[in-house]
Amino acid sequence: MPETPLLSVRGLTVDFATPRGTARAVAGIDFHLDRGEVLCLLGESGSGKSVTLRALMRLLPQARTRIGGRVTIEGADLYALPERKVEDLRGKTVSMVFQEPMLALDPVYTIGAQIAETIIRHEKVDRAEADRRALELLEKVQIPSARQRLDAYPHEMSGGMRQRAMIALALSCNPAVLLADEPTTALDATVQMQVLLLLRRLQAETGMSVIMVTHDIGVAAETADRVAVMYAGRIVEQGTAAQVLKTPRHPYAAGLFASTVHAGWKGRRLDAIPGAPPDLTALPPGCAFAPRCSRRRTGCSEAQPPITRFADGREVVCIEALAAT
Amino acid sequence: MLTYLIRRVLYAVPIALGVTLLVFTLLHLAPGDPVNAVAGPDAPAEVVEQLRRAYGFDRPLPMQYLLFLWRILGGDLGVSVATGRPVAGELAQAFSNTLVLALGAALVGFVAGVALGGVAGRHKGTAIDHLATVVSLIGVSVPHYWLGMVMVIVLAVEANLLPAMGMGSGGLELLRHAVLPVLTMAVIPTGIVARSVRAAVGETLEREFVQALRAKGLGRGAVLRHVVRNVSPTIVAVLGLQLGYLLGGSILIETVFSWPGTGFLLNEAIFKRDLPVLQGIILMLALFFVLLNLLVDVAQAALDPRMRRA
Repeated sequence: MPETPLLSVRGLTVDFATPRGTARAVAGIDFHLDRGEVLCLLGESGSGKSVTLRALMRLLPQARTRIGGRVTIEGADLYALPERKVEDLRGKTVSMVFQEPMLALDPVYTIGAQIAETIIRHEKVDRAEADRRALELLEKVQIPSARQRLDAYPHEMSGGMRQRAMIALALSCNPAVLLADEPTTALDATVQMQVLLLLRRLQAETGMSVIMVTHDIGVAAETADRVAVMYAGRIVEQGTAAQVLKTPRHPYAAGLFASTVHAGWKGRRLDAIPGAPPDLTALPPGCAFAPRCSRRRTGCSEAQPPITRFADGREVVCIEALAAT
Repeated sequence: MLTYLIRRVLYAVPIALGVTLLVFTLLHLAPGDPVNAVAGPDAPAEVVEQLRRAYGFDRPLPMQYLLFLWRILGGDLGVSVATGRPVAGELAQAFSNTLVLALGAALVGFVAGVALGGVAGRHKGTAIDHLATVVSLIGVSVPHYWLGMVMVIVLAVEANLLPAMGMGSGGLELLRHAVLPVLTMAVIPTGIVARSVRAAVGETLEREFVQALRAKGLGRGAVLRHVVRNVSPTIVAVLGLQLGYLLGGSILIETVFSWPGTGFLLNEAIFKRDLPVLQGIILMLALFFVLLNLLVDVAQAALDPRMRRA
């Protein structure tokens, strides 16, 4: 019997009610995450990465969203659980690092209090023990003079320091899965690398699984075991980092990598993908990328192409790939 | 926090001095001679001159100001032109009467306003929210002297449930007499507090840290506690300002209900051109606002660490 994955997503859809009609932010995606694995969700803004991440914690506002499909975490069907059980899961089994720690930390509580609160929420410890653990965590994420920082408020810290504190908070109950939503995007370039290396080291030390959302191919290359490329709410290609990043098969993935500064040299033309991502309230028929695709052929806009699975495990959603097998 | 406190208290001193200067000059800029008002238009010149000297109006203005300052520091606000009694005593009596109304109205208005606004902000866009918005809008818009008169006609005259005039003779009687003016006075703060609380709660719930709090596993109650902590500086500021207005008393309400408070006294002083009383009331109200602002600022800094730097 094959081992069940830590987290698995089957046919996940997320619809938002907007004044202009229903927007399909996530249009049926499948993926899984094994223990100790780092998966990168890669794509432009608006491709559904962050929404997917929030759906994995059932954090989306219930009144305005409709969610379909199935998310299982450690065998439990997330959307069948009562709210109370989901609360027990959040921060303990699955926790999240947000993009902008200045916005995600409560401005009127000290860092130490915010970390201790999480520990007390999930474990039977007293305040003194929680404070001691909070200090340990700040040291673990390499915050200098950690003891003083326990009593600091978010606005008293630098951006990099705040993100380290946010990571410490997310790790406070040793989660099995860490969801990281563009954790380095709001930081200076030099600090970005430090935080990324920290995350990679912590992942290796704890053996936790990570889903990292990013639009930065460098980040994906630096951290990922596997990569899933998203476009207009669908995963258009997923496979190991080496497969997807080195020899992308989906035209969008190929275009995305060609359009980043990493791929080009000075003097060589930077290839931008023409056009803009589609309106999610009025998606084109067939493949959503077809109108911008340089390898478009007849049939692209007729029906949504099925998932093509290659022998090496890579999955591509494109009729070109379908024809190649 | 302590340095902030000391600095903030020191800031209040020049403001208070400015207030006294302003009150002093205002009365000297006003047209008409206060002495003429006391003595009457037909008084002989030497009587006018005598009075002028008695009140100190014959000295140079800066000297008069310093004298004025020296006297108010000693609690001497002069003597009422109309009654001949010390202004400080009249003021203390009127203010203690107004305090009954103000504290009652503050209690009713703040509890109702916070409850109404809190529920509306938490359920934005629902029927409860719309209802709360309509109620608070009515509260802000309805002229309260009109509402006072309607309540007098319905509850005091027609139904004969409650007294409509004066303060009664203490104890339970005082409470019965206070019901109508307190309710009338509470209408505006209820509306304003409800609107501010609704906006603050609604805005705070939209912020990302609320989602982050849920992401660490906190339930409704715990998240709500964070929200309350975050909106409290804003609410304290609104409550402080409203309390200031209430303590000032209301000329209209105290006149409608014949309640002998500061508003009533102010009204009388204006009609009688009783300058010392007028000066005393304005000075006291202005200094109250300075003090209240100080308290609000200190409370805000205690609640929000980001404000301690400013």
